[in-house]
Amino acid sequence: MRALLLRDLRLAVRAGGGFGLALAFFLIVAVLVPLGVGPGGTTLAVIAPGILWLGALLACLLSLDRILALDWEDGSLDLLATAPIPLEAVAATKALAHWLTTGLPLVLFAPVLGVLLNLAPAGLAWLALALLVGTPALSVIGTFGAALTVGIRRGGLLLSLIVLPLYVPTLVFGAAVVTRGAAGLTTATPLALLAAITALAAAILPFATAAAIRVNLR
Amino acid sequence: MLAVRGLAVARGGVTLLAGLDFGVPAGGALILRGANGSGKTTLLRTLAGLQPPVAGRVALPAEGVAYAAHADALKPVLTAAENLAFWAAVYGAGGDVALALAAVGLRDLARRPAGALSAGQKRRLGLARLIVAGRPLWLLDEPTVSLDAGAAAAFAALLAGHLARGGAAVVASHGEAGLPEAPELDLARFRAPPAGDGADDFAGVRA
Repeated sequence: MRALLLRDLRLAVRAGGGFGLALAFFLIVAVLVPLGVGPGGTTLAVIAPGILWLGALLACLLSLDRILALDWEDGSLDLLATAPIPLEAVAATKALAHWLTTGLPLVLFAPVLGVLLNLAPAGLAWLALALLVGTPALSVIGTFGAALTVGIRRGGLLLSLIVLPLYVPTLVFGAAVVTRGAAGLTTATPLALLAAITALAAAILPFATAAAIRVNLR
Repeated sequence: MLAVRGLAVARGGVTLLAGLDFGVPAGGALILRGANGSGKTTLLRTLAGLQPPVAGRVALPAEGVAYAAHADALKPVLTAAENLAFWAAVYGAGGDVALALAAVGLRDLARRPAGALSAGQKRRLGLARLIVAGRPLWLLDEPTVSLDAGAAAAFAALLAGHLARGGAAVVASHGEAGLPEAPELDLARFRAPPAGDGADDFAGVRA
């Protein structure tokens, strides 16, 4: 498992691996929104939590089709399926590698972009915490979507259509944490629900992912 | 080592082969022969456990199999040694990467990215994975494609060494597999009859 994690991280940071692309996309979205909406303080501060979460969602979506498609094309997925390691663990490891290369950088940089979007200072820490708790669910759900579409050429659009509706609960509660945190209200309820979504996805979806891969390899 | 009883395999819902009965003892090999589309790859994928059999049973060695398909499962941005070290770790058999690279004549290219290797060198690197995998049964799909005569002979020697150590192999091949005394299985004899005549299914509807 460690070998697979290290390989996926290494592939991500080598040439053409796509590490940093999601972060750069997130950065550009956060820079473009004030230009489009206008720098008027109040409007921007109101929409900032939603924009930041939407940006994180789309940034995550960008790299989903790389999770399994490349391994399927070059035959690695066949071999991982016949190797003496459980395919469920392969699915979970790939989701973890995806989160480490896309979700974690977003968590670290989001507070800086929050300032750019005029988010209330009280909300910055809540933004980082909400992303830290919520983005693992995006990677796990995304890996499941990638497994469903793995044999399909140019399956990226279909993958987006499958995955985005599944991201709705994370988006709703993630943005709620930031909005309430910025307004100085209690955030315990949306944060607990956000954590529950992540925990549920991480517990169940690797099994569904492995089953989908097995069917698609036939 | 490998025992197959009454096996039927299908590709895309169409049964290709039926009534397969064969075994491969330790130290033995079996060469699969058949025209394009006769089901060689499908049979190997079924033996490897990648797809379920339509009927029949496959008994595999407990230590598992090493499967080598048309694709070599190499990452172009990783070096030859890194590619091999990954598979050695996945199989967990403690295979020696440097030794395996030397066995396929790639020792001097160990630090070259796999994407910069020629087709034949990639194939040899893909076959070196069999050595580090340390599995007794090798399932090989056209192993000598894109190998030159020298490399094909070297691979035949490698395969013979594996068999001499008590391993076994099932090889799908059009050409010379380098195993003159191994038994051959002609898949044309096991072709499944077409399942129903498609035209007849709608006869009643039309009438």
